[in-house]
Amino acid sequence: MKFRERCLVLAIGVVSLLVVGCGGGQDALEEGGGGSGGFVVGSANFPEQLILGNMYADVVEDQGIEVDRRLNLGTRDVVFPSLESGEITLVPEYNGALLSYLSKGESDVTSPEETTKLLKEELPEGLIALEASEAQDKDALVVTQETAEKYDLKNTSDLAPVAEELIVGGPPEMSERPDGLPGLKRVYGIEFEEFKALDAGGPLTTEALENGDIDVGRFFSSQGLIDARGWIVLEDDKELSPAQNIIPIIRKQDNKGKIEDALNDLSATLTTEDLKKLNRRVEVDKEDPEEVARGYLKQKGLLK
Amino acid sequence: MFEVTTSLIEWFADPINWQGPNGIPTRVLEHIYYSVLAIVLAVAIAQPVGILIGHTGRGGALAINLTNAARAVPTFGVILLTFLVAGIGLAPVLVALVVLAIPSMVTNTYAGFRAVDRDVRDSAVGMGMTGWQVIRRVEIPVAMPLIMAGVRISAVQIVATATFAAVVSLGGLGRYIIDGLAQQDLPEVLAGAILVAALSLLTELGLSRLQRVVVSSGLQEESEEASMETRLEGTTG
Repeated sequence: MKFRERCLVLAIGVVSLLVVGCGGGQDALEEGGGGSGGFVVGSANFPEQLILGNMYADVVEDQGIEVDRRLNLGTRDVVFPSLESGEITLVPEYNGALLSYLSKGESDVTSPEETTKLLKEELPEGLIALEASEAQDKDALVVTQETAEKYDLKNTSDLAPVAEELIVGGPPEMSERPDGLPGLKRVYGIEFEEFKALDAGGPLTTEALENGDIDVGRFFSSQGLIDARGWIVLEDDKELSPAQNIIPIIRKQDNKGKIEDALNDLSATLTTEDLKKLNRRVEVDKEDPEEVARGYLKQKGLLK
Repeated sequence: MFEVTTSLIEWFADPINWQGPNGIPTRVLEHIYYSVLAIVLAVAIAQPVGILIGHTGRGGALAINLTNAARAVPTFGVILLTFLVAGIGLAPVLVALVVLAIPSMVTNTYAGFRAVDRDVRDSAVGMGMTGWQVIRRVEIPVAMPLIMAGVRISAVQIVATATFAAVVSLGGLGRYIIDGLAQQDLPEVLAGAILVAALSLLTELGLSRLQRVVVSSGLQEESEEASMETRLEGTTG
């Protein structure tokens, strides 16, 4: 008995050491040879990012390069450092948000062109930004079909004369942030009847807009549910909110001309309307992002 | 650490934070308003149930198990669910707070009634008291320490949790916490938390006072031990 027990303990000990020695100390990201020459496409952890990540991966693979897909990694705080360190090669980003992240919120440009320009200056050594798409996922004000018809609303500036009859809902910080209520007043002359602190394009704001507790809601311009509920995104015609164009960020040394061209073609084709429809299929209809991405590329003739 | 303390003191010293719709007096009053509504509703529902099962001695196991299950329900979830049904307003907050408060009161009132000495109850009946009279003149007074303990626990829980009203765009002290987090204004978050804690403490102290008044002097000494036991039981149960 004693001899057998000791053998068992010894065996467990040896196996544990083997497991620790082989597996321990390695980042989950490093497995599969990310930093050692393979092409890795990463993305953040929400549906739109999964769609974009798959699209980028498909487009690169189509050029004959083997791609390792590491999607759904986490927030920018996880994804971007991995890009900097070389564990990831390519990510889909948003020019405004990334600029804000890199400049620690110090920038105050809002137009797509200026934002992309400043972003290119702020990018660390080893990373480059390809061409920005016209497709954006930016802060937006959304109204129902009925409200839009009743007050004849198409752009945010159309809200100015009627805002005092309307209740707006959005994330708590909207009441203080420069591109929130203060900005709406300063740039558009909009003063709402009341502000309700809910969430940014989340279930609270969605339900509140649906059942009329609010008339205008703060959402993101490419959210799938906007399309699904037939709501209207008001155009930010005076460019109060920072631009958030989709833009590929890629590591310098891995740049081969044909990859760049292929990604730029994709960026040139993609529109906010397209994004909305794709997001709807994934967010609302629960389709697979990889299939939705490939379907779009095929439909637009972006694959060979 | 030190800068946080200074910013916090500055926050409280700033006169802006003491006036207007987002000032401390307004938020405290809103918070008290939600809490009082909730506690009154919860008492109106829980005490009759507790008294009924306590007096008859029947249905205790069922009631206790149900209310214990209610303890496991996440308050945040209830608020969101009710919001989906009822929209913005007091309903989501009240439903969640009442669900939160009921278990302690039912359990404590039931325990208080069951703890009434058999002999005392028998003598009352022997004296010709009707069921209602036994409840009113014997059982409630004797069970009062535990009944009050239940009310205190529930009230403090309600005050501490009424911060959730801010999640569905209402007021109260939760506004400082939610808005502070959203705007990354740490002093505001801390101020909100401190104010809620202070209000909860005041509630506890106030109700202790009330307990001293309401519980008959003959039972005063026992009441502290008894409510201690039930409170301990309540947390491990």
